[in-house]
Amino acid sequence: MATAFSTAKFSTQPFPLNPTSTTSHDSSIVFARPTSQFLGSTRKFRLTSSSKFNLSRRSKTVVAVSDVVKQKKSKSSPSLLITKEEGLDLYEDMVLGRAFEDMCAQMYYRGKMFGFVHLYNGQEAVSTGFIKLLKQQDSVVSTYRDHVHALSKGVPARAVMSELFGKTTGCCRGQGGSMHMFSREHNLLGGFAFIGEGIPVATGAAFTSKYKREVLKEADCDHVTLAFFGDGTCNNGQFFECLNMAALWKLPIVFVVENNLWAIGMSHLRATSDPHIYKKGPAFGMPGIHVDGMDVLKVREVAKEAIGRARRGEGPTLVECETYRFRGHSLADPDELRDPAEKARYAARDPITALKKYLIENSLASEAELKTIEKKIDEVVEDAVEFADESPVPSRSQLLENVFADPKGFGIGPDGRYRCEDPKFTEGTAHV
Amino acid sequence: MLGVVRKKMLGQSLLKIRPAVSMLRSYSSAAKQMTVRDALNSALDEEMSADQKVFLMGEEVGEYQGAYKISKGLLEKYGPERVLDTPITEAGFAGIAVGAAYHGLKPVVEFMTFNFSMQAIDHIINSAAKSNYMSAGQMSVPIVFRGPNGAAAGVGAQHSQCYAAWYASCPGLKVLTPYSSEDARGLLKAAIRDPDPVVFLENELLYGESFSVSDEVLDSSFCLPIGKAKIERVGRDVTITAFSKMVGHALKAAEILEKDGIDAEVINLRSIRPLDRSTINASVRKTNRLITVEEGFPQHGVGAEICASVVEESFAYLDAPVERIAGADVPMPYAANLERLAVPQVEDIVRAVKRACYRSVPLAAAA
Repeated sequence: MATAFSTAKFSTQPFPLNPTSTTSHDSSIVFARPTSQFLGSTRKFRLTSSSKFNLSRRSKTVVAVSDVVKQKKSKSSPSLLITKEEGLDLYEDMVLGRAFEDMCAQMYYRGKMFGFVHLYNGQEAVSTGFIKLLKQQDSVVSTYRDHVHALSKGVPARAVMSELFGKTTGCCRGQGGSMHMFSREHNLLGGFAFIGEGIPVATGAAFTSKYKREVLKEADCDHVTLAFFGDGTCNNGQFFECLNMAALWKLPIVFVVENNLWAIGMSHLRATSDPHIYKKGPAFGMPGIHVDGMDVLKVREVAKEAIGRARRGEGPTLVECETYRFRGHSLADPDELRDPAEKARYAARDPITALKKYLIENSLASEAELKTIEKKIDEVVEDAVEFADESPVPSRSQLLENVFADPKGFGIGPDGRYRCEDPKFTEGTAHV
Repeated sequence: MLGVVRKKMLGQSLLKIRPAVSMLRSYSSAAKQMTVRDALNSALDEEMSADQKVFLMGEEVGEYQGAYKISKGLLEKYGPERVLDTPITEAGFAGIAVGAAYHGLKPVVEFMTFNFSMQAIDHIINSAAKSNYMSAGQMSVPIVFRGPNGAAAGVGAQHSQCYAAWYASCPGLKVLTPYSSEDARGLLKAAIRDPDPVVFLENELLYGESFSVSDEVLDSSFCLPIGKAKIERVGRDVTITAFSKMVGHALKAAEILEKDGIDAEVINLRSIRPLDRSTINASVRKTNRLITVEEGFPQHGVGAEICASVVEESFAYLDAPVERIAGADVPMPYAANLERLAVPQVEDIVRAVKRACYRSVPLAAAA
């Protein structure tokens, strides 16, 4: 099987995504002062000639890791990037994402799911790589391709599946649907159908974290927010507005671009004047990093740095993950415009297969252990489908619920008399 | 009514306890004069001092003291973390405020005029109004979008549109339109305390107008209920509904009509969504005639909704067709005389009332 990281694939692309720049050297840092020259992704192509996952050289191919981290790695003896537990955890999360999405496709074609369903196959490394580093109080904001973000953040598979079936046991009681996953408990702030809509909301969540620390004096509030969005969104005005304000106010946010090169049928290269999205970060005063989004370990290393930066109060980061979706834009998309050769190339770089290979080759897990995980996930997904199938549909009275948190109109009590939120307020001074 | 002492006392509370009247049922009858601008400023001030989660965000709200000086003095008092001058990015900062509201903060977003809210309308509707429903109650959005709405003087087509009808058609939003200082204070306080997204439509020409306010209005817990209209003038012969600036016109028209022996009842709607249908219908059942007045475009406007509501609920009580008085069905012209023709004037209301009372021959719709 071809190595997942050879440079060969890039030479066949019509537009060189990265001009070869073999002169760039290791000491260049991307996380340095924003005013420095951007030096990130050109180094991506300084790949090892070895076809194996060579560890010490592997650390150099991880783009945009700060100087300090890199030096530590090269000094110490080649150590693994993850422990066994972490590895199995990552593997399980990615397999859950994949199995769940495949089951969604099956259910859609059987008519149990309807409307717009956007699947995440192939991009699992980005979701797992980033979200598994977060705490429960950190927030995630996503787009319509949000099932796997919800699962990685901890929303139970049963709740997500029921929501997709439109049942009342779903995470939003069936009122949201595939594109609008919300979970207060897990701080998943949606699920937005308009591209770019989630970015300001994520910036606002990051703003809240800073506000809580500075104004409300919750001194240890260091919650980070991740905003996930695609390559098409990077041409949208709201994206730039938020890059500006996040950098201006030094908000604890990481902007994660899932660049899968296609916005429905519009190729990123046809839609964008400068397709290097990571470059747009330094223009606003934050670091911009490009990382191989098909490799969960690379994504995880970059994510650690970016999330660490945000937690320390150093401000936002823009991370461009080069990834690919194996299926069409949505289940209604015939997906005719993408070149089958391109699809095959990326299928060969399947993140789950790559991680499996890594775990086995580095003796972190045996084939049997991984098979056990896969079986377990199959059972979880089957159980989720059964649960969703057996759940009731929402009752008719649910139609008019939840429009307002305070439906009467503020100031009018349930008995029809005026009241005010102030508990000492008796009859109310307000008379019509 | 018992005097109220605020329970919530935080660090620098601006609470003024009125000891002299705290035990008396009635407040002193000496009425103060207060401009709408001061009313809004004092409401913001008091709510910000009472609850640290309230913050103000918008263009020029800080150092410039507010584009229309509504937020005067707030930056000095509360600092730049709570009074934020934003770049000119309506979509961005409206969305940021919504994201902050998801996490329990209480943003007050100022649009320099509501015409600029069109740049952020995606966030007002899609991420603020619809979120409580889409998330089945998990994400409530206690946000207030406020700013001047409707025509000012000679500002042209792109600065003069009235957005009451647009926002009021959307479930999930509450839309308020204050007229007097009492309305401004009470409704803004209620809006900030409300756990749902509120669109608060002020009027630039009203900012400088003075109204007399009683002591209870000046009390820091004064709050008006959302969804209740106020009957500004009780009458017998015809009901005139209006909101914002048009209430003033309607009251003046009522005075003129009184000399002709027509006793008009003027309803200040205060709340466009939820619309106080019961008050309007009760009034129409009493007077049997209805005129609706608004400044915005006539098609699909607030008057259309009121007319439909009355026809649905009180058809048998109507003695004359419902008349809608609205702005002209054109983008606002610049020339002063044309602008006067494009916005309802007191004479238009008087003429319409006379038509409804069968005192004159009905003219063509383009009066």
